[in-house]
Amino acid sequence: MTKCVSAAEAVSVIESGMTIGIGGWGPRRKPMALVRELLRSDVTDLTLVAYGGADVGLLCAAGKVSKVIFAFVSLDFMPLEPAFRKARESGSVEVREIDEGMMLLGLRAAAWGSPFIPTRIGLGTDVITRNPDLKLIDSPYDDKEWVAMPALNLDVAMLHATRADERGVCEIASPDHYMDDWFARAAATTIVSADEMVDSEYFHSPDVARRVYWERNVTSKVVHIPGGAHPSSSDPLYGFDVGHYKAYAGLISESGYTAWANAFLGESEADYQREVGGIDAIKALPLPAY
Amino acid sequence: MTFSLAELMVCAASRSFDDDGEVLATGIGLLPRLAASLAMRTTNTDMMMTDSQSYMLSRPNPVSGMSTHQGQANENWMGFARIFDNVWSGARHALVGPSQIDRFGQTNIAALGGSYDAPKVQLLGVRGFPGNSISHANSFFVPKHSTRVFVSGECDVVCSIGYNPDRLPRGYDFSDIDIRRIITDLCVMDFGGPDRQIRVVSLHPGVPLSEVQENTGFEVAVADDVCQTELPTAEQLRIIEELDPLNARAKQIKDNPPGERRAH
Repeated sequence: MTKCVSAAEAVSVIESGMTIGIGGWGPRRKPMALVRELLRSDVTDLTLVAYGGADVGLLCAAGKVSKVIFAFVSLDFMPLEPAFRKARESGSVEVREIDEGMMLLGLRAAAWGSPFIPTRIGLGTDVITRNPDLKLIDSPYDDKEWVAMPALNLDVAMLHATRADERGVCEIASPDHYMDDWFARAAATTIVSADEMVDSEYFHSPDVARRVYWERNVTSKVVHIPGGAHPSSSDPLYGFDVGHYKAYAGLISESGYTAWANAFLGESEADYQREVGGIDAIKALPLPAY
Repeated sequence: MTFSLAELMVCAASRSFDDDGEVLATGIGLLPRLAASLAMRTTNTDMMMTDSQSYMLSRPNPVSGMSTHQGQANENWMGFARIFDNVWSGARHALVGPSQIDRFGQTNIAALGGSYDAPKVQLLGVRGFPGNSISHANSFFVPKHSTRVFVSGECDVVCSIGYNPDRLPRGYDFSDIDIRRIITDLCVMDFGGPDRQIRVVSLHPGVPLSEVQENTGFEVAVADDVCQTELPTAEQLRIIEELDPLNARAKQIKDNPPGERRAH
């Protein structure tokens, strides 16, 4: 069995109007090569669910997005993501703004086949008043009101792993796998890009097997893309590219998406990597210290 | 002994954690993180802190001059999903720097002005504020005390629950909400006024009470025993120096003013 496909083949399952979850966190371990493939497609009207960074920013700037379900969109060292900021301030995208933990609960509900998970989170805040589709419910066990956080059912999840085998066993060797396992489980189709492909024997080591956070039957497609998280980090292989994020922010803020796309996107990932200095330069990016 | 306003604020903020015991302290931003780290090294050595990435530490990392996480004092793995297990248990105290704070202690880090659908300025988003505020203790750190931060009306986007009777969820009362202290460049405040009104408990050296009131968009109460904010000790300053060897704290407050105002 092999689940290995090209980025273009993998992303071709995504249709206009779908709900897409994107793994990683801010500028960390984002499946950016898959995002770039989506930017090159004619898909539109997407709903995104993400702990957002430039993935959300770029897709919004390119006009691919009608709605964003988010708790933040940030590049960490650059707190405000420039393209998302523009999209929000121009009112060009609809939003469902929720707490970081609510997103986790929504993904878990979807993964578990539950319509919602009750929580206190959001009570007393504008998360409730600005999202009339978030319902408050009574508890059969106490007299308080509870938020019924609805399942965030994803059509497709896009994730980036450190290593994978062709059957879809994925290793996240980074310090944190974030909520990637829940994105994978919440999705009908899960696409994983990986920096490195390995033989199945690689996972025989108990230490490595512990870094596999979802089972292979949850992975639908695997795409081998060395450097595929760039400009986000893929710790321990490479850090995030501060220089590129700054260039991106400058182009987006001053000239808009087309200027960035003309300068960097290209027709393929090979084009893109050439424009950002090549795979060796990506692999040499230092790991961040917080 | 001289000290900067930033150092005075860090020392004052560190005291917010004195009585917390074995609680995860999270300081967001350089000065709040320095304050939490200082507390863990001085007044609450039982406190818990992370490396801001994925491990709990038995000794806080420095806030400047660190180039690698290798060799840090790991205690347990603590990825972001697991942080929520801790947050929802209530055993956490966050020290955060909101863009707006209103008279109810509600805060905003999401967006400013305009309409919700097209804000004048998009900020971060609500992040974890809704869940933090209804789950565990929170304190606020304000580098520039002004009516822009302490707004006269409600926050533009209410990201965290406060002591607002009109927004209190059914079955809840104010004792379910735990907002502790506000440390600003002028004073230290708490919520000890009538009906949890924000109250001045100490003024930084040379700051008149009138200056606090003029720079706050709503009326503040004043503690009967309002005093001068405790000055940093030599020991605190030594540990701050150790935790911030590159003096990144000097760049956090505009012009890095001294902690004791010079007489005019």
